[in-house]
Order: sequence, then structure tokens, then C-alpha cells
Amino acid sequence: MRNLMEQPQKAMAATLDHAGIDRLMQALCAHGYEVIGPAVRDQAILYDTIFSVADLPVGWTDEQDGGLYRLKRRDDDALFGYAVGPHSWKKYLFPPRARLWQAQRTDDGFQIESKAEPAPRYAFFGVRPCDLHAIEIQDRVFLDGDHVDDIYKARRDNAFIIAVNCGHAASTCFCVSMGTGPGADSGYDLVLTEVLEGSAHYFLVETGSARGVELLADIPHREATSTEISAARQVVSDTAAGMGRTLDTTGIKEHLYANYEHSRWEEVATRCLSCANCTMVCPTCFCSTVEDVTDLTGEHAERWRRWDSCFTMDHSYIHGGSVRSSTMSRYRQWMTHKLATWIDQFGTSGCVGCGRCITWCPVGIDITKEVESIRRETHGNP
Amino acid sequence: METLESILKDHPFFRGLEPHYLALVVGCAANVVFKEGQVLFREGEEANLFYVVRHGRIALELTSPERGALTVQTVGDGEILGWSWLIPPYHWHYTARAVEETRAITLDGKCLRGKCEEDHHLGYELLKRFAHIMEERLKATQVQLLDVYCPHPPEKKV
Amino acid sequence: MTGPCALSHGPMHPSRYEVSRIQRETNDVFTLELEPVDGDGFSFGPGQFTMLYVFGMGEAPISISGDPANGAKLVHTIRSVGTVTGAMDKLKKGDILGVRGPFGTPWPMEEAAGRDVVLAAGGIGLAPLRPVLYQIMADRQRFGKVVLLYGTRTPEDILFRDELEEWRGRMDMEVEVTVDRAGVDWRGNVGVVTTLLPRTVFDPVNTIAMLCGPEVMMRFMIADLMKRGVLAEAIYLSMERNMKCGIGMCGHCQFGPYFVCKDGPVFRYDKVRWLLGVREI
Repeated sequence: MRNLMEQPQKAMAATLDHAGIDRLMQALCAHGYEVIGPAVRDQAILYDTIFSVADLPVGWTDEQDGGLYRLKRRDDDALFGYAVGPHSWKKYLFPPRARLWQAQRTDDGFQIESKAEPAPRYAFFGVRPCDLHAIEIQDRVFLDGDHVDDIYKARRDNAFIIAVNCGHAASTCFCVSMGTGPGADSGYDLVLTEVLEGSAHYFLVETGSARGVELLADIPHREATSTEISAARQVVSDTAAGMGRTLDTTGIKEHLYANYEHSRWEEVATRCLSCANCTMVCPTCFCSTVEDVTDLTGEHAERWRRWDSCFTMDHSYIHGGSVRSSTMSRYRQWMTHKLATWIDQFGTSGCVGCGRCITWCPVGIDITKEVESIRRETHGNP
Repeated sequence: METLESILKDHPFFRGLEPHYLALVVGCAANVVFKEGQVLFREGEEANLFYVVRHGRIALELTSPERGALTVQTVGDGEILGWSWLIPPYHWHYTARAVEETRAITLDGKCLRGKCEEDHHLGYELLKRFAHIMEERLKATQVQLLDVYCPHPPEKKV
Repeated sequence: MTGPCALSHGPMHPSRYEVSRIQRETNDVFTLELEPVDGDGFSFGPGQFTMLYVFGMGEAPISISGDPANGAKLVHTIRSVGTVTGAMDKLKKGDILGVRGPFGTPWPMEEAAGRDVVLAAGGIGLAPLRPVLYQIMADRQRFGKVVLLYGTRTPEDILFRDELEEWRGRMDMEVEVTVDRAGVDWRGNVGVVTTLLPRTVFDPVNTIAMLCGPEVMMRFMIADLMKRGVLAEAIYLSMERNMKCGIGMCGHCQFGPYFVCKDGPVFRYDKVRWLLGVREI
């Protein structure tokens, strides 16, 4: 794992209670991290700066489906009893707006000033396994190519990751199909599993790095019993059995490459609004645009990087027109990139099965159903 | 020294033509030289000849009131010019002008036309060859029409 | 890759270059010669491009059109089509531009050694091929027959006229030029660039072809080259797509699985053949 200083010999497993989780958060603050975690905001569970356990969505769950998201009260006090919301961690590692440099006009031209701003030290609290994979997928984009993105790298190196295994799958989840969850096996400093059994409510904590071991050492905890560990494993397998959707990834790349002219693309285009929601909520989408701006005097210029989406007309514009002017071609671009060309580009699928694109599509377009249709109706015969 | 027969026999356009047909074609052939600027034929005139350009360049022109005379195509060494003699109403669709001194072989299309009516096999052999030339011209013209070098293409319809 | 990058603080930071000479090529095309202000310049491979920055306005990806052997000068031939290139058209000697690069996969000069080389250029596409010609002529013995086929819109749009005439005069090169249409005072060829191919002589099986121009022109040219016997694996074309970063991270230049900025802009035909026929890809 990229940001871990060294792999521990053997992961430690400890048990914490409700208060222990709070102490974990305080310890992170004490170590100078800004803790980012799930919180209820505007009737959704978003990621925001949090300070204590009380800030978490205690006793909340979500109901999700194509174009549907609702919060509902649980009948227990689970801290993590929901799936993922519209935010993903890319908001923090690959910020939506970032200034790359500034420049001043001079008598003989211009002068670029670049002072790297100190990167924030985030502790990501409650990273789901699908999102852990999404972070690793974005690592390949921003860190593994011929050029390294300095903004991403600085934030990534600083980021402390506390993952949470899922005890609840939304109906739009399909991480099992994508091999990304609902349990995490690597990529974290610490991973929690919340167990609610009758009146018992505790958290299994497992370490994933030396940094994780150090932090755990700072708070009172006791070694987990084998019963507790089994119970935690059971939570994860129960969630795996309760997946809402599936996506058959067998030969998906070759299949999509062979079906660029499938009639299904025209069909989905009659529904797609090209609103770009899917690309905003997708934890792996990385398209950006570069904006060069000046102030009113024209003496001071700045270059900004901003999130962009392949659903915009501008995205493929070259002298006089867009290469992808039809909605059909833009939806096709997004889906074939996510599931097929990404594999050739970066060695893995671009999709982690988090289901956000299904939930947050205003018309409920379902990537799993689109794949099914293209498979079932090969040769374009509906 | 090259004779009309040896030139035509070796020309790719006539390759594979049966010897007695080739002899017929040779019988309708004559050498010709055009001076620079000389007009071979004008748009609208009756088309009774076709040409095998040996060396030189012929410009095909169209005229319009707003734009004047425009060259839409040039025909050069080794190329065949003219199929209007074979297709009714047997009129030229362009004006042809020699851009530089040009040596060519003319073939009496009116005569060959008559022979094709009598012998459909000859007609088929010639039409096959001209169909190929027309296809190449058509493809080239289609690309020309796209005006691919135009810096401001028209709005794309979505 | 080729030589050190002229990057001061990372790939998104331009280095400053001064305009040392401007050459008007046609009414909307001009050539800028640049000299480095920051750093010592860089070496590049024919076919590579840079992102040129006009202060406060933005960037445009422009192919390098100069001689790879002349490290002191960075040359670009630019067509004025939008805001940024339009602003470049108004530059004067002494003005400062930002440069990022060089980026992209260059033309396959190594593969071309010992073989016949057919270059087919359409319109402004002659600019990214000019460095190939310079490199060939600097080491002429290394290559077999060299053929340049160049088509453009009208005689007024012909680029690098003086150089074309000079190359045409050489015994060891074949240069054929055509235009899509012309007035009657044009004494050259009129017709699409594919019509030039039948006049040329080269050994198709031992030929490398390099094409640059509008995609339609390249597709037709490729078909005719292959009909002539040139192998698909020996044909290279330079593609173009929207670019924002030039380093494979903004996602704009994707062409199927390829990033035109780093996997291209030069592509081997057999690798992209399956994509070229797909509309709106």
C-alpha cells in the first residue's frame, strides 16, 4: 500500500467500544489531522469535517435505488449503518478546484510564481472498501504515470485512512461483482467493523500499517477475542450476501470493444440527460479542465484546474466542432471508459461497484442493466 | 520506336483486352499534341473522343458567373480523360484546357460507340474499365466536396 | 524519450520563450521562431508537440515544425482558428510565450531507416511532417526513396513554398503537390492528394508511410496505400483531439483506450484501425 511506511508483521486485532471510537477521533486530532467523516447534511450522508462520535450519522441508514436516495432512522444506534452517499474521497485528494500557479505581467513578458501551498493533513474516517479501491485506482492515474500530480501526492502522502467494513449494503451496491468489498483487505492504516448483536455493540479494529499500530497504541483498547473476530467476519459475509445488484465482468472489455455500434447506446441516449451527475459522484472519474484567467486589469493571471466531465460538449471540442456531439457517443464514452478502456490504460477496471452513478442519476440509468442489455442483445437485436 | 499499338497495349487501362479488340482500338487511335493553353473541348460540346495523356497536364474547368473559371481537376501523365462519349447524351461536362504542352493519344469514341452497339462484349469490356475510373473520380470528388481543409466547418447537426 | 523537458516547476508550469522571428505563411497560417528565456531549450523528436501559452488567455497544443538538429530555435507553424491561436497571430518579435513540452510519441524515424519513405500531408498537416524531412535530409543515405505528397485547399494555402520548391529540385526526393481547387492561373495539379499516389514509384513492401492531415484525407490515403501494397504495420498517422494538460491526466484527448497526448499523436495504423471507423469516438 502506497502511503504505509511499512507492512506490519501481523495485523493486530483489538476491540473498542463507542467511547473508544471517540478516543480514536480525538487521537487523530491530537496528531494534527483534520478528521473527515460521514455526517448528515442536507438530508444526505456526506463527508465533512467531524470532531467527535456525536457528529457521525448515529442511528441513520439510507434507502437507495435508481434515482432515489432517502435517509431513514434505524432502530439501533449504529454509527456506520448506511452505504455511501454522493461524496467520495476524491473531493479531498483531487480537489474540485485547485490553483496551479499565478503569474504577473512584467515589462519584458511575465513571471510565474509558484509557491506550493502546504497540503492539508486529512484523516479519512470511515472509508468503505469500495472507496479504498477507488483511491488506489486514482493512485494509478495521478502517481504512476510519466508525470506525478503534486497536489494529489501531497494530500495522499499525508492522508491517514481509517476504513470501515460494510454492515449494510444498499440496493445499488455491487462491490462483490467488482471484487472491491464489502470487506477491506489492504490499503488502510486501521479498519473497523461494527458489530451489533443483541445488546452488544462493539467495534473490531485491525491494523494495516505501522502508523495504524502507533495510533491504536495511544488509546486504551483490549485484544479482540476469536468470537469477536468471527462475529466481525460474519457481518461482512452477511453484507456480501445482501448485495443489491450484480455486474458480470467476464470478458467485459472485449465485449464492449466489439459493440461500439450496439443499438443499446442509442436507446440509453433517449433517457440520458448528459447532466454529468454520474461523473461527479463517481469516486474514480478524474477528468479535469484547465482554466487560464486574468483579473480585470489583465496584469495578474492564474491557472486553475477544475473537475470536468466527458458529458460536456466542450470535452471533445476540436476546431469547429465536438468529436462527441451526440448524447449517445458521450454516454458510450463514459461507460466504455469506466469498464473497458480503463483496463488497458491502468490495468484495473475503473468501476468499484459503489452504485453512486445509479442512485444519483436523475432518470435512474443503471450501469449494471446497461451491461446486461449489451450482453444479452449482442449483434444489436433487441 | 514506340508505335501506337505498343503504347496502348502496355497501358494499364487496356491490359487484358483481347487482341482483336485492341486492334480495333488502335485503329481508332491517333497521336496529338496540344499547345499550352489550347482548349481540347468545351462544356456542352458533343463528346466523340477520349484521350490517353502521355505527357503533360490537362485542366478540367467549370465556370460560374460569381467565381469565374475554376479548375476542379487536372489529368496528368498516363491518365485517361473522358467518358462522356460512352454515356448518353454524349456531351462534355467540363471545358478541358492544356495547362502545358501535352502529348496525348486521341481515340475515336464515336466510332468505338458504334462498334460497342454491334458487339456488346466489347462494350462490356470498355464499360468495365471506365466504371473503375469513374469510381476513382467519384471517391476523389466526394472528398474534395468535404472541403476538409476548411478552417470553419459548418455547424454539426446533433 | 528525447532530451530534458523545459519544465521549471512541474509539467503544468510553462517555461518562457521569446519570439525571435515571425514568418507569414498564408493569410491564416504563420510560423513562430522561439528562443528560450528560462532554461536552455530542449531536444525533441519529429511529430512531438508543445502546449503554447499566451499570458492570461490560455494554451493550445501545437506541433513543433522546426529542425530537430537546431536546438537553439523552437519553431511552430500555427493556424489561427480560435481565441488563443488568434492571439498568437498578433504577436510581435520580442513577445514572451509560455511553452510546456515536448509531449507525445514522435514519428518512427528508426523504423524508417533503410526503407522507402512516403510522407502524405494535408493542409496544416505538412507542419508536423517538416521535421521528418529535415531529419531525413540531414542523413539522406540512411533512407531509401523519399516521396512527399502534399495536398491543400487552394494554391494560396500552400505552406513552405520556398522549401517545397527547393526539395522538389533535389534529385533524391520526389515532391508532388496538389490543391482541391484553383483558378485558371494555377499550372499545377488539381484534385485530392490521393490522386498523386499513382504517379509515384516506391517499393510498397519496404515502405514506411507517415500521414498527417484531416482524418478523412488520411483514411482515404491509407486505403490507397494499402491497395498499393504498403503494410498496415508500416503506416503511421498523426491524430488530433482536444487537449488540456498534454500529460495524460485530464482525460480530454482519449481516443478509445489511447491518450492522443502520450500514446500519440503518432499512431501505427494497425493499432488504431478498429477505432478509425467508429463514428464519434
